Amino acid sequence: MLDDSDSYVTEDGRTIGGVVMEMQNITLRFGGVVAISDISFDIREGEIRAIIGPNGAGKSSMLNVISGFYVPQEGRVMYRGQPRPQMRPYEVARQGIARTFQNIALFEGMSVLDNVMTGRLNHMKASVFQQALWRGKAEAEETENREAVEKIIDFLEIQHIRKTPVSRLPYGLKKRVELARALAAEPSLLLLDEPMAGMNVEEKEDMSRFILDVNDEFGTTIALIEHDMGVVMDLSDRVVVMDYGRKIGDGTPDEVRNNQDVIDAYLGVSHD
Amino acid sequence: MPEQLAFAMEVTLNGLMSGVLYALVALGFVLIYKASGIFNYAQGVMALFAAMTLVGIMNGQVPFSHLINALLGTEIHHFGWHVPGFLAIILTVAVMVLLAWLVQVCVMRHLVGQEPIILFMATIGLAYFLEGVSDLMWGSEIKTLDVGLPQGINIAVEEATYKLFDYGFFIDNLDIVATVIAALLVSGLVLFSQYTKQGRAMRAVADDHQAALSVGISLNFIWVLVWSVAGFVALVAGIMWGTKSGVQFSLSLIALKALPVLMLGGFTSIPGAIVGGLIIGVGEKLFEFLVGPMVGGATENWFAYVLALLFLVFRPQGLFGEKIIERV
Repeated sequence: MLDDSDSYVTEDGRTIGGVVMEMQNITLRFGGVVAISDISFDIREGEIRAIIGPNGAGKSSMLNVISGFYVPQEGRVMYRGQPRPQMRPYEVARQGIARTFQNIALFEGMSVLDNVMTGRLNHMKASVFQQALWRGKAEAEETENREAVEKIIDFLEIQHIRKTPVSRLPYGLKKRVELARALAAEPSLLLLDEPMAGMNVEEKEDMSRFILDVNDEFGTTIALIEHDMGVVMDLSDRVVVMDYGRKIGDGTPDEVRNNQDVIDAYLGVSHD
Repeated sequence: MPEQLAFAMEVTLNGLMSGVLYALVALGFVLIYKASGIFNYAQGVMALFAAMTLVGIMNGQVPFSHLINALLGTEIHHFGWHVPGFLAIILTVAVMVLLAWLVQVCVMRHLVGQEPIILFMATIGLAYFLEGVSDLMWGSEIKTLDVGLPQGINIAVEEATYKLFDYGFFIDNLDIVATVIAALLVSGLVLFSQYTKQGRAMRAVADDHQAALSVGISLNFIWVLVWSVAGFVALVAGIMWGTKSGVQFSLSLIALKALPVLMLGGFTSIPGAIVGGLIIGVGEKLFEFLVGPMVGGATENWFAYVLALLFLVFRPQGLFGEKIIERV
């Protein structure tokens, strides 16, 4: 077994570091409904960590707990070895945790470029007056932020739609713009909520490639949710499997694939 | 040129200028509605409150003096100084920012996620509360406001038009100043929202709350900011109307004039508020000029509302509003 602070090298030569985020005995209820029941797992620096499970398993709820949109009734979230106090979503985002949404939450009225620029908001430190006068920090900052944004736009191959209003884009491209906006924040942890939901095979392949490239190029730690098992197994280093709010499996894709509980959950064996 | 036509031109010009004032009031509504989905019924009262605060500060009035005197048996009314207009405006802006913060912390923050009608009701309550507070703070008598804006007929325009048309236009200097200030204000707002961090965040919140949270924007902060900007716009509107017709209760009724402007321009569009204001301004002046004599005059009282009604029937989203598409 690995220790929390240990690092190791994967078969394809990437270095996976110590534990960045640890969920400890998280329980989340909505009224009488238990969405998440006593779940613990950790996320290591530099890895691609997947949370999978059938529909309604509580995957999205889990992601919402990590990003501060939901507050669990029990358990705690450890971030970089420290217990995280209760935070609002925007405070979590300012800590360097960026996310995308299952149902895409983009600024529909803005251009692609403006959308990605909003990802940089927390890297802008100049005061209103400096910005108004275009003095001091403001100018240097704007240039720096523009460069960072252009780099990401290049990287995700969306240069051709830079100026297009987001509302006019097809679904697949919207997903990519949302990823670009999250990346623009230079997150230390990137949360992707069903990045491939509703995509055709070709789009899924593109998105998988981008996720791998992001992880490889920027060393970004990624936690993603997916219910399509095939895609996830090829992408991720480790997988948590959820079913009915409980954790039924946790390990490398191979370990999970051979786990009897997981096979049952996906094939729909009844629980006695 | 026939005198009738020159006269119609003068009426149109005057209409454009009063339209600018309508647009100013409507702008305050649009700002808040866009960012938070709240139809702020109190916008007109905010203009009244801002104007009264400005006059009060300029005259060195002691706020709540009636209340203080009644409670303590004292007889204080004035500090005995006069504050120059420029400084008083800055102080009033500070008061409006404080008001924005109080509204957010005491009222709106507790109503996040409620139905629009509930938020609307809250702003009605706010309007009456604020009206009472303004009276209590500064007294309810009619006050004159003079921050040094020029008033009266513009001689240059009159002479120039007299040479051209043989008929001198009557254009009020105050209207010209109001137009210039409104233009500056609107360009300032556009630059602010396009090019500053806070402006970007404001547009982001107006577009999608969840997405805004996910990029680290504090909704509370942005709402205070938006109410502050709306308070500032209310102050500008209050100064213009207050200079024109005195600072008194009826000032808060200019909000009613903004309603048809919003119906025309759409609740979510800044250009819409401006164009809507101009159309209503020109429309009601021209209508009064052309049709008024046939129906016995006083059409200015209802023209704007009838126009708004027609828009509600045929184009409910207004000229620039977002299209209402219902997906089944």
